[in-house]
Amino acid sequence: MSLTKAEIAEKLFDELGLNKREAKEMVEMFFEKIRLALEDGGQVKLSGFGNFDLREKKQRPGRNPKTGEEIPICARRVVTFRPGQKLKARVEAYAGSEQ
Amino acid sequence: MTKSELIDVIAKEQGHLAYRDVELAVKCMLEQMSQALASGDRIEIRGFGSFSLHYRPPRQGRNPKTGESVSLAGKYVPHFKPGKELRERVNGGVDSDTES
Repeated sequence: MSLTKAEIAEKLFDELGLNKREAKEMVEMFFEKIRLALEDGGQVKLSGFGNFDLREKKQRPGRNPKTGEEIPICARRVVTFRPGQKLKARVEAYAGSEQ
Repeated sequence: MTKSELIDVIAKEQGHLAYRDVELAVKCMLEQMSQALASGDRIEIRGFGSFSLHYRPPRQGRNPKTGESVSLAGKYVPHFKPGKELRERVNGGVDSDTES
């Protein structure tokens, strides 16, 4: 099972009494504001959950795995997520079956 | 941007909602996401990315102070894979990653 925007909105409707439209807008805006901050080059720190950081990757040699042809992988900026202590501890306690 | 700054920007644009409600909504969303991962579920947000758990097998570690060897149990760690739109937008609109 996986959590989606629709279910997150549903919870805001159930638990906080936002109406359906407000709940949907809230979820959209939450993720959009995070994207905007990252797009502007800023780190996003959500205490208790984790940090979204930006890393500059240099150009490096790559290869088309199908043809074996060498193609350089361009320099680029990527997003990385570092889970916070609290989230790590909660997830570590999960003793589910190996994925 | 911190959590409280995120709450501020959303509250500013959602003028019809009380600041307190925006604060509760943001906390509720983060708690729901943490809870999903803590129970082994994935999170899939189109255009943003997906969160899942990666398994780390048991290993022999070392106490850095005493040098003593300790066995560490296998565990799960949260993992985030950015979605296509997010990848493109942080990279100046260009998706240089070949896989989707």
